[in-house]
Amino acid sequence: MDKSNKNTPQLSPTQPHHDAQQPVTANPWRKLNAFTDARVGLGRAGISLPTKHLLDFQLAHAQAIDAVHTPLDLSDLSRHLVSQNWAPDCAPLLLHSRAIDRSAYLQRPDFGRLLDASSANQLDCHKTNYPEGYDLAIAIVDGLSALAVQQNTLPFLNALFELLPLSHNDDAALAEETSSEAKKPWTLAPICLVEQGRVAIGDDICQRLNAKCVLVLVGERPGLSSPDSLGLYLTWEGKVGHTDAYRNCISNVRPAGLKYQEAAKKAYYLLTEARRRQQSGVTLKDRSDDEVALANNTTTNFLVSQ
Amino acid sequence: MNHPNSAFQFRHTVGERTFGFTNLADLMAKATPARSGDRLAGVAAHTAEERAIAQMTLADVPLSLFLEELLVPYEEDEITRLIIDDHDKLAFAPVSHLTVGGFRDWLLSDLATTSALESIRAGITPEMAAAVSKIMRNQDLILVAKKCQIKSAFRNTIGLPGHLSTRLQPNHPTDDLTGIAASMLDGLLYANGDAVIGINPATDNVQQASRLIRMMDEVIQHYEIPTQSCVLTHVTNTIECIDQGAPVDLVFQSIGGTQATNDSFGFNLNTLAEAQDAALSLQRGTVGNNVMYFETGQGSALSANAHHGLDQQTCEARAYAVARKFDPLLVNTVVGFIGPEYLYDGKEITRAGLEDHFCGKLLGLPMGCDVCYTNHAEADQNDMDNLLTLLGVAGCTFIMGIPGSDDIMLNYQTTSFHDALYARRVLGLKPAPEFDAWLAKMEIAKNNEQFTLNHQLPDAFQQSLKRMIGGQ
Repeated sequence: MDKSNKNTPQLSPTQPHHDAQQPVTANPWRKLNAFTDARVGLGRAGISLPTKHLLDFQLAHAQAIDAVHTPLDLSDLSRHLVSQNWAPDCAPLLLHSRAIDRSAYLQRPDFGRLLDASSANQLDCHKTNYPEGYDLAIAIVDGLSALAVQQNTLPFLNALFELLPLSHNDDAALAEETSSEAKKPWTLAPICLVEQGRVAIGDDICQRLNAKCVLVLVGERPGLSSPDSLGLYLTWEGKVGHTDAYRNCISNVRPAGLKYQEAAKKAYYLLTEARRRQQSGVTLKDRSDDEVALANNTTTNFLVSQ
Repeated sequence: MNHPNSAFQFRHTVGERTFGFTNLADLMAKATPARSGDRLAGVAAHTAEERAIAQMTLADVPLSLFLEELLVPYEEDEITRLIIDDHDKLAFAPVSHLTVGGFRDWLLSDLATTSALESIRAGITPEMAAAVSKIMRNQDLILVAKKCQIKSAFRNTIGLPGHLSTRLQPNHPTDDLTGIAASMLDGLLYANGDAVIGINPATDNVQQASRLIRMMDEVIQHYEIPTQSCVLTHVTNTIECIDQGAPVDLVFQSIGGTQATNDSFGFNLNTLAEAQDAALSLQRGTVGNNVMYFETGQGSALSANAHHGLDQQTCEARAYAVARKFDPLLVNTVVGFIGPEYLYDGKEITRAGLEDHFCGKLLGLPMGCDVCYTNHAEADQNDMDNLLTLLGVAGCTFIMGIPGSDDIMLNYQTTSFHDALYARRVLGLKPAPEFDAWLAKMEIAKNNEQFTLNHQLPDAFQQSLKRMIGGQ
């Protein structure tokens, strides 16, 4: 809430406090900011932004610029990943795109979409040892916000693997025989951690690991109010050169955005449907909410009386 | 450079040096004012001198060559076919003898009145518009765009001279209805929202889109707002929404300038035609039947690896051929959203915004601009102030309006409700007349002529606000 209002007398919301001699006109609907991060009811000096809000904005912009340039702490994330009960036997693979640094990354998206030579080699070697491949590869990619990856990856994956049944390669054949299509366990490739990567690098990884499907977790471009937003991109049979039409996206995964359980539910739905139809992208629409939406299809809001 | 005897289609000699350009696409790309996306594509001029020479060479190219030498093959691309098959030779006749340089002179001349510009419109192809823009300064782009008047209508009239409309963009990261309603209230009370109330949904989902469409429809009906709503979901989702009976005003789609770009977006021209028919069948417009809302932006074709070796501004102009086929209410170039790999800084964003607005207007589109930047671009609010002011002078059809410039869903900065009021006040620009009258009736505006707002909360909104924050 607006701290500057702490000492002002209680007002009826319908009686805005305004003195025509004051340069700044406050907005009585400022209190709506308890319900949204949007910068509503900022008030005005004439028709312009009051000084306080101008300076608040500039600080937030400065912080967002800084977030773009903070690197991902790979060792910390990797350490936490291996200790999860769903973690594959093989340790996470630490990979790097062809963009050598942040400056190259920002100006050359083509470099960010492909693995560098040693990373590609690392995956190719892995494939030699595991030629049968996997059902699912997970690529954790820094993107434009390492903060988003650092903060949201583990809780999201933990929520996902409460829903998604996993199997080890050893018993995959057995599982295939015994399980129904929807419940069939997934074999999981070693988790891939990628520096200076973009969404499409998941296709390179998917192909090289001989995985049927790739789920990319990537730091989205930081916003002023959300420097920590994680994006999820699903591609069935990812191949280098695939366009966005082949992908399904779940965006804004973070504590103050789409909650982990909700995101996991959507991802589980899309993964299951992608496997059932052997495809992803625009032909695979997200209907995971349909039942909820039909049951609770209200449009009620305070602007329109019931 | 310095290849006197090779396969260059265009040559230009300065002193003892000869500059060569392999074909029209190469010449167009090298003549383009510098920007990061063309460097990324490897099509930009290598030196400042080469760019200036390319501009001189391009100025000597006859406009008619663009009808013969197609930059994207006719057989491979339905947008090329659209451009060529729909070209109007009669409309082209008055300027058909001109070169690109001569066309610039004609556009700036007193011969090119508003009605003359309208009469040649169907004879101008996107490539001609792109070519001439490359040899125009910013003030040329502004001056000619201002002479082009493009009107469109649905529940109000957009694009009249002396008017600037705003899209109220109440996005919320989880599509929360209270959050969306809060931003809508804020925007309406800051006199924004006449172009459209348009939500980018957090997730592409038919049921959610349908719900948001109904929510906005109820608000528009309740307050009798002369405006229209749109959920910016994929065109195939909107078609499903219409099939399910949702009250759809406008159909949205992001469009690009090559068939391969649009393939990557998951639609083609037939999809758009089907969607337009579906929206028209609902007959929801009261003063007009422009039912389409398109968004574009330089760099989308390259981003989809579908640019055919063209520069990004030429690809962008070709998207306008798609737009004008479907008589849109609004076309919005989302100029700074794509990021610094395509438009590096405030200077490149500004130039691109003015080019897009000019090309759109010349081709007959109700062209607006999302004056915006991302946090990884070299740009800030001052750059946006500059572009907003320039576009206001140029007669831009509409801009975005959002609380405090901060889009909490798409994570970028665009123009605020306050910014729109600034442009209206310094440039004397009014919202759509039907909406302007509504602002007066609702007592949101205190004085429409002086662009002042009511100091009191208007009666009609008092009860609504009480419902939300009254119990304290």
